[in-house]
Amino acid sequence: MDGFNPGHDQQVSSPVYPILSTQDAPLRSATISVLVENEAGVLARVIGLFSGRGYNIDSLTVAPIDADGARSRINVVTSGTEMVIEQIMAQLDRLVPVHRVADLTREGPHVAREMALVKVIGKGEARVEALRIAETFRARVVDTTIESFVFELTGATDKLNAFIELMRPLGLAEVSRTGVAALARGTRTIQGTSD
Amino acid sequence: MSPKATQLPSDQASTASPATQKPATQGSVARASVTSAAVTSAAVTGASAGGTPTRSASAKGTSTAGASAPEADAGQSGAEVLLRALNDQGVEVIFGYPGGAVLPIYDALFKQNAIRHVLVRQEGGAVHAAEGYARSTGKVGVVLVTSGPGATNAVTGLVDALMDSIPVVCLTGQVPTHLIGNDAFQEADTTGITRPATKHNYLVKHADDLARVVHEAFYVARTGRPGPVVIDLPKDIVIGKAPYVEAATTHRSYRPQTEPDPAQIAKAIALLKAAKRPMIYAGGGVINAGPEAAALLTRFVHTTGFPITNTLMGLGAVPASDPRFLGMLGMHGTYEANLAMHGCDVLLAIGARFDDRVTGRLNAFSQGSRKIHVDIDPSSINKNVPVEVPIIADAGRGLAALLTAWHADPTPVDSQALTTWWRQIDVWRAKESLKFTQDMQPGSIIKPQYAIQRLYEMTHGINQGAHMPGVGKRDIFITTEVGQHQMWAAQHFKFEQPNHWMTSGGLGTMGYGLPAAMGVQIAHPDALVIDIAGEASVLMNIQEMGTLSQYKLPVKVFILNNQYMGMVRQWQELLHGGRYSESYSAALPDFVKLADAFHAKGLRAQTVDQLDDVIREMLACDTAVIADIAVDPKENCFPMIPSGAAHNEMILGPEHEDEAVGLTDEGLVLV
Repeated sequence: MDGFNPGHDQQVSSPVYPILSTQDAPLRSATISVLVENEAGVLARVIGLFSGRGYNIDSLTVAPIDADGARSRINVVTSGTEMVIEQIMAQLDRLVPVHRVADLTREGPHVAREMALVKVIGKGEARVEALRIAETFRARVVDTTIESFVFELTGATDKLNAFIELMRPLGLAEVSRTGVAALARGTRTIQGTSD
Repeated sequence: MSPKATQLPSDQASTASPATQKPATQGSVARASVTSAAVTSAAVTGASAGGTPTRSASAKGTSTAGASAPEADAGQSGAEVLLRALNDQGVEVIFGYPGGAVLPIYDALFKQNAIRHVLVRQEGGAVHAAEGYARSTGKVGVVLVTSGPGATNAVTGLVDALMDSIPVVCLTGQVPTHLIGNDAFQEADTTGITRPATKHNYLVKHADDLARVVHEAFYVARTGRPGPVVIDLPKDIVIGKAPYVEAATTHRSYRPQTEPDPAQIAKAIALLKAAKRPMIYAGGGVINAGPEAAALLTRFVHTTGFPITNTLMGLGAVPASDPRFLGMLGMHGTYEANLAMHGCDVLLAIGARFDDRVTGRLNAFSQGSRKIHVDIDPSSINKNVPVEVPIIADAGRGLAALLTAWHADPTPVDSQALTTWWRQIDVWRAKESLKFTQDMQPGSIIKPQYAIQRLYEMTHGINQGAHMPGVGKRDIFITTEVGQHQMWAAQHFKFEQPNHWMTSGGLGTMGYGLPAAMGVQIAHPDALVIDIAGEASVLMNIQEMGTLSQYKLPVKVFILNNQYMGMVRQWQELLHGGRYSESYSAALPDFVKLADAFHAKGLRAQTVDQLDDVIREMLACDTAVIADIAVDPKENCFPMIPSGAAHNEMILGPEHEDEAVGLTDEGLVLV
């Protein structure tokens, strides 16, 4: 997405066309929710669309959401220019098993949460400090030994990033993150009011 | 919200009959516990473990097969159910090639007479034939190939159909379900391979799903923006018993929008009425929308008096003889069409997708215009070129709405500005950008443009000298391969009707024309079907001459033989310093003998004085013909907008040498 910089090449007097019109525009992040038929291969279709057309995936979650498992919700965090994000939405909507596509970032306030399991190995003061910071972040200890903790932390992506950075000097050993789950705030749903 | 989300879901209506729904509880325990159901085929496994046919019922929710519960038709095999469903979908002909995994289907075909099977010589030919059939009839083309190599050979044709929005249903054999994933003989991950090559694809793992999937595949292939759909059929599914269900009318998640938003139509009309330099740019979507859409487009052009250009895929959407038609636009489009695109102030695009071959350099593309875009595919809108008034609709419905609104709006057009605009266009036209010079001295070398011009004139009974029985009364269909000859055909053959021009536009598949012509001839047995070919392209699917022979299809293969991959050679001349790397067609076959070997007629024209006789003989022949026309190997296709250049930076031909535009290094990186 950001591979082209005309300033690097003195030979290029005017920008080459396929890159220009969309790439000079500012990038933004988008949390996109996709309601899909829970059928074989549907996630491969979505992921293949992103890789085939060169879109970014910063995070992706998927799970069935209906009692009978008929439909799944895929949440994708992506980034691109406004034109690219509009394309992503349209391309997703074009997939046959896709029911609904919503750009939660654009459509109004939304909540986005992810969970991380963070393993910290250490002894002495570092171990105590890790536990202290974990309390500040309201992380739960879900496993412990004499020289390790596994913390469970839920929150916005930024909060998880901050926590992980703080753990780094304190013996951060391993991280497992779920990716973002997201919903619109208030009464709005991805299905609108008519489905 | 996305367009799909703004629509009223049609499955609301069907919820009125919940009694017909099956209880969705049985299969759900297994499924709900498996998150990866969405990732892999675990959903299917879950259902099969339960041994109940609940998968289709629960997955469907309220619609599709809900129309009727599977009848317990214990007598029918999967293969028979498949053919019954094809029959119900109106399928008359299948292009295919047998193999181990599809033997049960071939056995069922053998036992019936309703559906005709055409045996091709390679699976790639089957898909192109189905494309030709589909493009010339408006119906869905059907292909049947075996597993593994049968399916992989079909992939090029599938992508071709995807790029050009051609409705095709491709049935592929597959190893039995219990062997899938075991690297069995002739196993390939067909749904995996064809996922980005199709509009949609299916792997039928349960006999209960078979009939529904077939109906659904046809619905998906022909509605919305049409495209290819693959149904992968494991051998045990077609051998075992299967229930039959009728086609349902709605789909649970796929509901293309075909009717335009009246508010958008009103905005478009306001722009069009106020236009001083309007331009209409119509593409293959108009052809796909049916002959009525093309008729509406022609009426719209006459009503408004606006100039119109067609894309390569849109040729025939308005009659080429219409004075409002400026010819094809784009890389090898006419001077007047491209400059009108460049200079217009309101651009109405219909069923076209602003392809890079059309736009040239994007940041210089029609900068001064306010743009209206009618397209059935929302992802085609704002993809390359931002537009002011997007209208998501079927091209025909969109045009009908535009016509109605145009008449309803009493605002007069600015006729003075329009007159000035047309005067400008006529100045551009006077340049005669397609002009070429043919030396008529006997013994002179044939210019490829002249060969096509004569082919056109003689097939239309124009200036033909000797009387040619039948010609001019027969319906004429043209297919092409890909390259210079394709562009010359697009420039010099005049198409008066839609669906009579078959070419590989988006993918640019060499080897398309011969099998496509075969498919056209199957659909139109009495028509005159001509494949305008190059000597390099035609060799890519030359084996289909065998099919022509077997089915006595009188296709005419008109080869413009310049002994080069001409378009490659042209680019090497213009952009790579004349280093003709691997573009010479060495060791060509003797096409006359080749025709003979395939039980067809071979003809050859070496010089300009022989051309008319060869064309005349070709047209009079009631068998397949290969006419090998030796043309000028040095001829280049002009006008040309080099890659990276804008519409007003065209290179004109040698007739206009004084106005040559230099090529840029930036253009080199582009294709």
